[in-house]
Amino acid sequence: MTTKLMGTPVQRVEDQRFLRGHGRYVDDVAVDERTLHAAVVRSPHAHARIVDIDVSAVLDLEGVHAVWTYDDLAGLATPMAEPLPLLIPHPALTHGRTQYALARAEVNYVGEAVAFVVADDRYVAEDAVGLVRVDYEVLPPVVGIDRARAADHLVHDDVPGNVGARMEQKTGDVEAALAAAPHRLQLDLTVERSACMPMEGRGTVARWDPDTHRLQVWSSTQTSTGVRAAVAVKLGLDLGQVDVITPDVGGGFGVKINHPWPEELLVPLAARTLGRTVKFTEDRREHFISSAHERGQVQHIEVGFDDEGRLLALDVEFWHDHGAYTPYGLIVPIITSTQLLGPYKPQVYRVRFESLYTNTVIVTPYRGAGRPQGCYAMERTMDAIADFLDRDRAEVRAANFIQPDEFPFDQGLVFQDGRELEYDSGDYPASLEKLKALVGWDDFPAYQAEMAAAGRRVGIGLACYVEGTGVGPYEGAHVHIETSGKVKVATGLTTQGQGHATVFAQLVADELGVRMEDVEVVTGDTRRMPYAVGTFASRAAVMSGSAIHLAAKRAKEKALRIAAEALEVDERDLEIVDGVVSVKGSPGTSIDLGTVSVLSNPLRYAFDEASKAATQFSVGDPGRPPVAEGDEPGLEGKDFYSPERATFASGMHAVIVETDPLTAEIRILKYAVVHDCGHLINPMIVEGQIHGGVAQGVGGALYERMAYDESGQLLNASFMDFLMPYVTEIPDGIDIDHLETPSPLNPLGIKGAGEAGVIPSAAVFAAAIEDAERVALPDLTITAMPISPSELHALRQRHPQPRPHRQERS
Amino acid sequence: MSDTRHDVRLSVNGVGHDVSVPARRLLSDALRHDLGLTGTHVGCEHGVCGACTVLLDGRPVRACLMLAVSAVGCEITTVEGLARDDGSLGPVQQAFAECHGLQCGFCTPGFLTTITAGLADNPTPTHEECRDMIAGNLCRCTGYQNIVRAVERAAELIAEEGEAS
Repeated sequence: MTTKLMGTPVQRVEDQRFLRGHGRYVDDVAVDERTLHAAVVRSPHAHARIVDIDVSAVLDLEGVHAVWTYDDLAGLATPMAEPLPLLIPHPALTHGRTQYALARAEVNYVGEAVAFVVADDRYVAEDAVGLVRVDYEVLPPVVGIDRARAADHLVHDDVPGNVGARMEQKTGDVEAALAAAPHRLQLDLTVERSACMPMEGRGTVARWDPDTHRLQVWSSTQTSTGVRAAVAVKLGLDLGQVDVITPDVGGGFGVKINHPWPEELLVPLAARTLGRTVKFTEDRREHFISSAHERGQVQHIEVGFDDEGRLLALDVEFWHDHGAYTPYGLIVPIITSTQLLGPYKPQVYRVRFESLYTNTVIVTPYRGAGRPQGCYAMERTMDAIADFLDRDRAEVRAANFIQPDEFPFDQGLVFQDGRELEYDSGDYPASLEKLKALVGWDDFPAYQAEMAAAGRRVGIGLACYVEGTGVGPYEGAHVHIETSGKVKVATGLTTQGQGHATVFAQLVADELGVRMEDVEVVTGDTRRMPYAVGTFASRAAVMSGSAIHLAAKRAKEKALRIAAEALEVDERDLEIVDGVVSVKGSPGTSIDLGTVSVLSNPLRYAFDEASKAATQFSVGDPGRPPVAEGDEPGLEGKDFYSPERATFASGMHAVIVETDPLTAEIRILKYAVVHDCGHLINPMIVEGQIHGGVAQGVGGALYERMAYDESGQLLNASFMDFLMPYVTEIPDGIDIDHLETPSPLNPLGIKGAGEAGVIPSAAVFAAAIEDAERVALPDLTITAMPISPSELHALRQRHPQPRPHRQERS
Repeated sequence: MSDTRHDVRLSVNGVGHDVSVPARRLLSDALRHDLGLTGTHVGCEHGVCGACTVLLDGRPVRACLMLAVSAVGCEITTVEGLARDDGSLGPVQQAFAECHGLQCGFCTPGFLTTITAGLADNPTPTHEECRDMIAGNLCRCTGYQNIVRAVERAAELIAEEGEAS
């Protein structure tokens, strides 16, 4: 028997081309002198009215082919001049607003696209950008959640209070439950903005074929089908005239799920208008000011609990900064509001949020997508309860866990996919035990005391999360066994480094009984799989993995049926090993899959030696149609996977840090992760995902923030000033232990793994730093993340202050 | 305002290329767009991320911080030049494949060139030196854990080759 590949650390098949410099990222497509290059005139103001745009100086510039403003779009017969789509409408989003592909009359953030230039190369295009004169009447900007709530000024004149949405969910009478609780605490917390920052920014290439009237688009996106639909609508084309190909993508982390970006429409429009291939490649500064950010929230929590720390009432209110527009709806704050609960079961929960406009870059999901904020709120609350009761922090958490025999567990809320927030499986007490062992939780107090005696401050923190992964609506897959015996697999969602070509090939090899090297996987190409949703919410393995498994099963069923006929045996006696179908226990009676593929397609015309076997004078019962009723020619399998609801992965992180008593520098001594994503397809890849998530979490907790000044200028829009971690900032070694609680919702028992590593970071670092500081400063409390050494120093200067969240015992 | 072009010869991976470029053309753009060597990636264009790192006479430089015309007379090595003559992966590339040292692959060329130069300079690095060797390159996917392992593995592979020859 072939060894099962599921669960083994198979080396990645895609690495060969990447390591040789043969990857094809979007800027590597159409490297040709005839390709034209686009650049964008962007607003230098956070909030302004456009008085006039003068492009006359550009027209004389040699090498410029087009310069467009909103007025040029308004003259078109297609909906290009209408606002960009509001992708995910929600009844609570009463005041959703989206921008125009090119600003019409008003700009609402520094970086908003105002004019579009196409030229011979990017250098000339940028020269032209510099020659476009835009007169602005500057308006007062709204920057930050406090200013947005104060609403002294409005981002959009027709959005009162700057409130895009108000939403509330509750499971009972929280006020009564709070009043009845033996103990109560209040917390006020903030989290700042950060961003995905993939190493490759956005980019789009488009080519119009005048002979076939078809448009071909390459885009660095997380949803090729989404881009395709948007481009077709906006350019007034039939869907069948548009192909979107997602080439290699240099990281996404969420930002590339939003679509269509202005350039994703303007580039195809230019290609069609000019009859030339056109390319736009975002530069790093543009990525900072014209893509998307995430994370910024202000939170107020009231909690009631008993002597064991059990949550009797949890009342959360938060304010979410969604930037200037809401193309991605309320997904991020809805996730915060629901996933905040983590592995716990408060008796009564109420959450209310306002999603607020500010004159800053839009906010759309960044790895974790609202969960890091929710986890931070919940875990800071757990730490506060433990502190108040003077109990062990792990113990208080354990007292609130949903127990293994309580699944499926309905939290009584509606999740981001419009379905019930019902956890499918998990074992949180087992995870906690593993984590405590992995990090040495029980031994830590002795170590801390020993270090304290030597004048050193070390602290430990832990944080738990539950992550709804693999949300619908669906993904599909197509498996085609060619006459060569090679297996071609297509699924529509895209790949940004997750190793899909490897893990999906593992699944096909296992199910079909073929060699993995004979399997080739294509993702994100609408020509190969036109029905797909996209890569987000840790859903690729769950959704496409399941669909591919099912499609391979169908192909196998057909292969066995045809082989059984050819071999004149019962198909139940057949097995497929290394691409050969044979009778179990009698390997001499066999037929290879390539030949089965030949036989699957009744031919009139032979094209080679093998295909002669399938021609009309060689095969077939003259008394029956060559293709039986209900059958199809070809050895293929196609299927879709559409689960009722998400599957819930979970995990727990712990970190040990040391803070310098003098410089307030924060050093990571140990980082431990327990992770449960159900069955692992490829543990090497899952661990890689965790490593990367933890690193982004370290960045988000200790270094990264979007530094806007009061006028809405992003002061640190470069890698020199936005401090992404190098290796020197990341722990040397991350200890990982897995728990495998299979999901009952999909055939492979898997759960998503992509985002998990980043979710608990702000929470776990806040806890550990606070614990270290309390060695010397017993009342120091961390309520704002990220935290830099200078901010920690400032906190020390303010010490002692009464703990702001501590209330009188009732 | 048309740019004056300069006819220069760039020597890349042992092959001479005659190109006509404006003075302001970055080396990274010349490699990618004029020579079609798209393995060298551009991540920030201000010299911080290191994705565009190439070797200039064996020393790592940021191709985005250099003009193409100023590379005349130098031997440039890009990621495309790191495989062996027989087409198999070079030791650093091989180590990355074995250790899962890459995910999206965008930053990878800069790491490969940097480590190639680093190990030429110090073929037996300590663990700390392996970390230092890559401390000027950004990766957003891997958290660096497996890249550090790959540096250590590459050093092993190079040592094994030395013993074998």
